[in-house]
Formats: sequence, structure tokens, C-alpha cells
Amino acid sequence: MRSDSTAPRFGLRLGLLGGAALIAVALFFVLGVPAGAWAFALKFRTGKVVALILVAFAISASTQLFHVTTRNQILTPAIMGFDALYLMIQTGLVYSIGGMAALSIDPVAKFSAEVVAMMVFSTGLFLWLFTAKSRDLHLLVLVGIIFGALFRSLSNFAARMIDPNDFVVVQGEMFARFNAVNLDLLWISIGLCAGTVPILWGMRHQFDVLALGRETAINLGLRYKRVMLISFATIGLLVSVSTALVGPVTFFGLLVTHLAYRFLPGARFGVTLIATTLVAIVTLVGGQAIFEHVLGFKGTLSVVIDMLGGLVFLTLLLKGAAK
Amino acid sequence: MIRINGVSHQIAGAPILSDVTLTLPKGGITALIGPNGAGKSTLLSLMARLTRIQSGSISFDDADVAETPTQELAKRLSILRQDNVLTARLTVQDLVGFGRYPHHKGRPGPTDVKLVNDALQAMALTPLRTRFLDELSGGQRQRALVAMVLAQDTDYVLLDEPLNNLDMRHARQMMIRLQTAARTQGKSFVVVIHDINFAAAYADRIVALKDGRVLATGTPAEIVTPAMLNDIFDLDIVVQQIAGHPFALHQIAPPSTQ
Repeated sequence: MRSDSTAPRFGLRLGLLGGAALIAVALFFVLGVPAGAWAFALKFRTGKVVALILVAFAISASTQLFHVTTRNQILTPAIMGFDALYLMIQTGLVYSIGGMAALSIDPVAKFSAEVVAMMVFSTGLFLWLFTAKSRDLHLLVLVGIIFGALFRSLSNFAARMIDPNDFVVVQGEMFARFNAVNLDLLWISIGLCAGTVPILWGMRHQFDVLALGRETAINLGLRYKRVMLISFATIGLLVSVSTALVGPVTFFGLLVTHLAYRFLPGARFGVTLIATTLVAIVTLVGGQAIFEHVLGFKGTLSVVIDMLGGLVFLTLLLKGAAK
Repeated sequence: MIRINGVSHQIAGAPILSDVTLTLPKGGITALIGPNGAGKSTLLSLMARLTRIQSGSISFDDADVAETPTQELAKRLSILRQDNVLTARLTVQDLVGFGRYPHHKGRPGPTDVKLVNDALQAMALTPLRTRFLDELSGGQRQRALVAMVLAQDTDYVLLDEPLNNLDMRHARQMMIRLQTAARTQGKSFVVVIHDINFAAAYADRIVALKDGRVLATGTPAEIVTPAMLNDIFDLDIVVQQIAGHPFALHQIAPPSTQ
């Protein structure tokens, strides 16, 4: 009847996911460590694992929040090109002040400014797109994909306009890179993600009500506009964190949320969020453990994830879940 | 008591409601009737704060809709609109449970559980309570939505065509259920009804809207007459008395005009 009482129903499944996530993390630490290099490997791998877990959380939480707020389960912030919007902001910064100047700014200060810009832009855009009275989902899918292409093209365009030396500064950011996580921003990312937890968990019941749609939510006394705003701002923040840490990954959010939705059908926001994050950790940390330590960087996890996620996207569209 | 005072509403420059003033006493069923586009749904939306009031005022007892905090209003009045698209994957009992949200904010107590069970029972949904909404028929889903609003247990309940998708048996059961709640618990229902005969049989008063204005207010006996129905719907309708209720034979043209 309430989210807390649905927890026992899914307790076993959450336990299984938690176990799998622990195994994935353990594998990441122990696989392929050369003899005698334990101390070094542990130190080196800890930062990376924390970053990957943050990314797993940021992408799952932002995607799930987006699904609830926009009442669709097909579009995700990444499919709508919001990671590209973040890159565009970054490229724009380098374009306007130059690569050397951008490099000389304290990375944490630069990142904070980018996060704020991102929250403002994305909230504005979301509100404009999603608060109109009745938007046909098919239209939104179309608009979203066009926006994605637009942001990506604009940031590519800006990248071509800037000095080749400046380009080097942004180039690294523009592709998904689970192998070379940006560890400079680890602490501030931990802080930002931790900051969203009280919002996500504290408002989990409100997000459940929000998912019922505008009119039912207002009928039940939800302060609809306020919750929408908070939700969109939180999504903007989380997308910034994940994009800054590992770059754009288009279909990862879609893949992990739908795995969780299938695994825990009918679960409430709070329970589902735990499940989605655990699925994301299993996929990301487990996948990276295999690719990095078993296959020895011979493949790219992001390609595999995007391929699987892309298949999920196609299946959902063809199955007509967009009704 | 519901007071609607000088409410006018325009959408994209077109007048939908013009200076609607109405006072509805507390308790009983009020049926809102009128042709398509008369402004019935808009009026209900304004009453339930789903649409911002452009001019005029609406209050429930001492609570002005525009000024009372929305959480407070949710404990006094509830609304069910006619076009409900639920995308969340929910079971029937979870949906009905949401009706208690204004009271418990996510932490239901024994009263909440009881009221949810009562609402499920009243809408004959107990056997279906663990089914997912997307596994139900349109009529079953409609009953689940009405059950949610009943579980909300507000003094005022606004229903926009609650009989949509219901078969004869469930339509009658629903009207009887509303009537019982009005009589025994003193609840007030404002119901948009298309079938004039349901309004005639179950409503305590009927409000007829046409072209955004209140055309007439009265008891079923006063409103359901050939002359009045002709005014409201521009249609010749034969009215007969059956078991003390006026009964409009609106499906067929009167013999004289054939």
C-alpha cells in the first residue's frame, strides 16, 4: 500500500541485485592484479570504482526521475541530448575564453559554473517542452531526437571553430571513456550526488504521485510546479556529473532503468531507484572489470552498452510502449 | 456549500464560461448537464483548481479555491476527470491507495488501509485488487479511478462523466453508491452526466449549462420536461413518468416529427 510496505515484497530481489553489485565491485578490484602490486592496484582502482558507482547512480537517478516527471519511459535525458548540451556549454566556454584560460581555471570552480549553467538551461528547456497541456509522446520522441542532434552538432561545430590547440582541451570530454575517468572532479561529484539523495529519497512519495499525471497529482494536493522544477533541476545536475566524469553515454540510462522496471514490476519510486542504481553498478563496474582486466582494453564497454541500450530503445518503439 | 461567483473563462480568446454564478448546498448529488461544449468540464476544472481561475471566485464552505493551500484543498474536495491516461504501472490497490495520499503523505495508517478496502469493496474491485491497471478493461479502470477518489474521503467530490465505459449494471451500482454516500455520510457530489435519465433518477438537483451560461437550476422534475430539454439541447424529446421519475426518451424522435 505504501512504498515502505512494498519493500519486503521486493526484498529478495533487491538483495540479489545488491549481491551482484558487490560481486561486480569485488571483481573489479581483484581481477588481473599482478603479483605484488596489490597496494598500488587497490589505491588506483578505488578512485575509479567510486567514479563508476557515481556515474551509475547519476545516470539511473536522472533517467528514472525523467521518466516519472515526463510520464514516458522511452525518452531519457541522454536520448534528448542533454549530455550534448553539457558538452556544448563546455565547448562554448573554451571557445569564448580560449583553451589556456580554460585550463588555468580551477577545475572544480569551472565544473561548478558548468553545473549551474546546465541546471538553468536544462530546467528551462524541460519546462518549455513538458509543461504544455497535452504533448503527444511521439512528437516528443521526435523533438527529443532532433534536440539531441542539434546539441551534438552545435558542440561539434564549436569544436571546429576553435583553435586546434584549444580543441585538445575539449576533445577528451566528447566521447564516452570508462577507461579514463576524470578523477579531478571526484570529490565535488561525490558531494553533488550526495546532495541529491535527500531530495530523491525525501520526495520519493511525491514523485510517485507526480507519476500519476498533472491532474491527479493536483487533485491529491501535490505542489505540482514546485515538484516539477525540483525534479528538472536535479536531472540537470545529475546529467552534468555523469557527463563530466565519463562523457556521453546515450542508451545506458534506458538500458538499466528498463532492466529494473522488468525485474521489479509495479515497485514505487524509492525501491525502483535502489534497483536501478544496483543494476547500473552491476553493468558498469562488472562490465568494466571484464573489459579492462580480462579483455585488456581490447573492446570498449560504452559501445556494447550503447548497442544493448539501442536495442532496448528500438524494441520499446516497435512494441508500441510509446502509446 | 459551494459558491461560484461571477466566473468567466476564455480559452484562446473564445469564451467558454460567461459570468457563471451558482450556489450549491452541502450534501446530495448535483448533476451538471448540457450539450457538448457547454463548459461543464471547464467549470469542474476551475472548481478543482486544475485550471487557474481567470475572473470570479469559487469557494467550498469557507475555503476559497484560489487562496487555500493545495494540500488543504485535497482533503476537502476531489476530482476525477474524464480523460485519465495512467502511464505508471500500478496495481488497483496501489492506485486506490494514492487516494489517501493527502492525508498520510506516504505513510498510511490503519484508517487509510480501511478506507482503501472500503472503496475497493464499494466499486466491486476487491477480487481485482492485485491486478495491474493495464490488464483491466476500460470500465474496470474507470471504477478503480472512482474508488481512488472515494478513498480520498473528501466532503466534496467532482466527477466528470464517471459512467464512461461502464456497463448498465456497474453504472447503476455506481449511482446507487454515490447516492448512499450522499445520504449517509453527507457527501456532496457534482457529477457531469450525459445520460439525462441517470440525472433524473439519482440527482437531487440538476444544473443545466448552455453556451457557457447557467440556463436553469432545479429538481429533476423541474428540468426534465420537454420544453426545458428543448431549450437545453435544441431537440424534441418525449418525457414519460416511470416509477416517479421523469424519463426522457431521447434516443428516438417524437412520433409527430417523423
